Amino acid sequence: MSSFLTIAMPKGRIFEEAAEMLRKAGFRLPPEFDDSRKLIIEVEEENLRFILAKPMDVVTYVEHGVADLGIAGKDVMLEEERDVYELLDLKISACYLAVAGLPNTKISDIAPKIASKYPNVASSYFREQGEQVEIIKLNGSIELAPLIGLAERIVDIVSTGQTLKENGLVEYARIADVTSRLVANPVSYRIKEERITEIVDRLAEIIE
Amino acid sequence: MTKPFMFEKPLGMRDTLPELYETKAAVRNKMSDEIKKWGYQFIETPALEYYETIGEASAILDQQLFKLLDQQGHTLVLRPDMTTPIARVAASKLLNQRIPLRLAYSANVYRAQQREGGRPAEFEQMGIECIGNKSTSADAEMIALMADVLKAAGLEKFKITIGHIGFVQELFLSILGNEERAAVLRKFLYEKNYVGYREHVKSLTLSSIDKQRLIEFISLRGGENTLTKALGLLEGEHGREQLSELQELAVQLKEFGVDQYVSLDLTLVSHMSYYTGTLFEVYAGGVGSPIGNGGRYDNLLDKFGWDASATGFGIRMDRLVEAIGEIQEADVPECILFSPERRKEALDFAKQKRAEGIMVTIQDINAVENVDAYTRTFSDVHLFVGNGGRVSNE
Repeated sequence: MSSFLTIAMPKGRIFEEAAEMLRKAGFRLPPEFDDSRKLIIEVEEENLRFILAKPMDVVTYVEHGVADLGIAGKDVMLEEERDVYELLDLKISACYLAVAGLPNTKISDIAPKIASKYPNVASSYFREQGEQVEIIKLNGSIELAPLIGLAERIVDIVSTGQTLKENGLVEYARIADVTSRLVANPVSYRIKEERITEIVDRLAEIIE
Repeated sequence: MTKPFMFEKPLGMRDTLPELYETKAAVRNKMSDEIKKWGYQFIETPALEYYETIGEASAILDQQLFKLLDQQGHTLVLRPDMTTPIARVAASKLLNQRIPLRLAYSANVYRAQQREGGRPAEFEQMGIECIGNKSTSADAEMIALMADVLKAAGLEKFKITIGHIGFVQELFLSILGNEERAAVLRKFLYEKNYVGYREHVKSLTLSSIDKQRLIEFISLRGGENTLTKALGLLEGEHGREQLSELQELAVQLKEFGVDQYVSLDLTLVSHMSYYTGTLFEVYAGGVGSPIGNGGRYDNLLDKFGWDASATGFGIRMDRLVEAIGEIQEADVPECILFSPERRKEALDFAKQKRAEGIMVTIQDINAVENVDAYTRTFSDVHLFVGNGGRVSNE
């Protein structure tokens, strides 16, 4: 019998694309998979268990080993810097991390404020640019910060640029491209090697 | 910062309560017995060391060190690993008489936690170091002994993955030409970022054959055919010597009878930057991080003035106990409750019990508020109260 595997899935935006991808790779997932409110879904015929987590938390579950595999955005991985294997670029939910702000503005020389949901990414980006900045952590609606004067710049993910545009903001720099990745716990990667390799191969085949 | 509550501890510090203490003690004894049977001698080193010596020679990141100042203003560190202090002791003339040296330790090490709880900042390691021994048979001995120690501890299922950092280095250098470019690629391996590794290789200006060699490198893991596959990636002499070392190691591990526990992974790169040759990690189901690791470090002793090769391993006791999964019941003592007028009688009885090897608690009944609740926590209760005879109740 092949060993039982736990996969951490991100709720929300990435979930549908990820579920579709698994189906395409030949995994038989039940129909209620998509609109279930359950946090744990077992798929016995595949010997799989899915846990549904906040996207930011997927890598945490995987690092601690309570999930063997996970599907996580590269943005989260850059922010959290967890000790997990990044096995595959699934090439879904593409977007990018960018610096944005009000048009035609310069950031002040002394301790400019940067608002972001990604304080680590923002901090290391500006440090690499040789800028000393103060980071303000926000949990959502980041675009609000420059509009209302909380911060001069924001660091956030941009997919179409529509939200920025509608709020009268412009992009100043592109930090990193983001897609979803298949990640693995370092111990599971060894102990459940065969099973994980099989899943990686099946997914790799359908990624264009 | 707010003032801590009285029960709080610094981030990552843990208390060990009786059940866990007994479990750890039992496991520790079984392990140290096994290590001694292989002719290793245990030593202790101080918890505090100089930052300039141990702090800098150790492979632990600076921000993970606990630092403090002594009264002369020297910066001290709480030892972040045991290999470096042992290298310091071994390099001093004190122990230079019997080489190769075989030393063992069981000690707490300290690594500050950056993020959150869930991971200890102080943890016990048990391990060994074999110093002044550059033969492959020393590498094999490490792995065989580690397997024996884990079995002695009661762990049945585990997996040891072996790599060779020297091979990685030779292969990368021969393809990429210089250390800087090799270091970039090594960093991807260390960060376990295979996606980034593949993308980086694609972006390099290399012949498509060389790119293919680098891409195929990351699938060099598994059983014995891994070495054959690795050999196929080589051009010229670079890396051949390291592969034949691994070949030899595989033969010896069979002779030791531990080959069923091991597999190869040539992409294994440890966070311990002092490793120079074969290195290994050991994993057990149910624990999300390696329970131990080790390898060859031929340059560390040089930092303490003795050019000697060495190899060793360390096992994380907290993770091992978690992997074994059985918590030992703490032995419950018997209780003797006495009233002051019969104290002498009670004390004599306690002495007799202890001589028989039985654990007994003696307690003045007048100091106990709730006798029923108190006595319930003991395996047996003996009363020396009032004028009657001794009463025993289960």
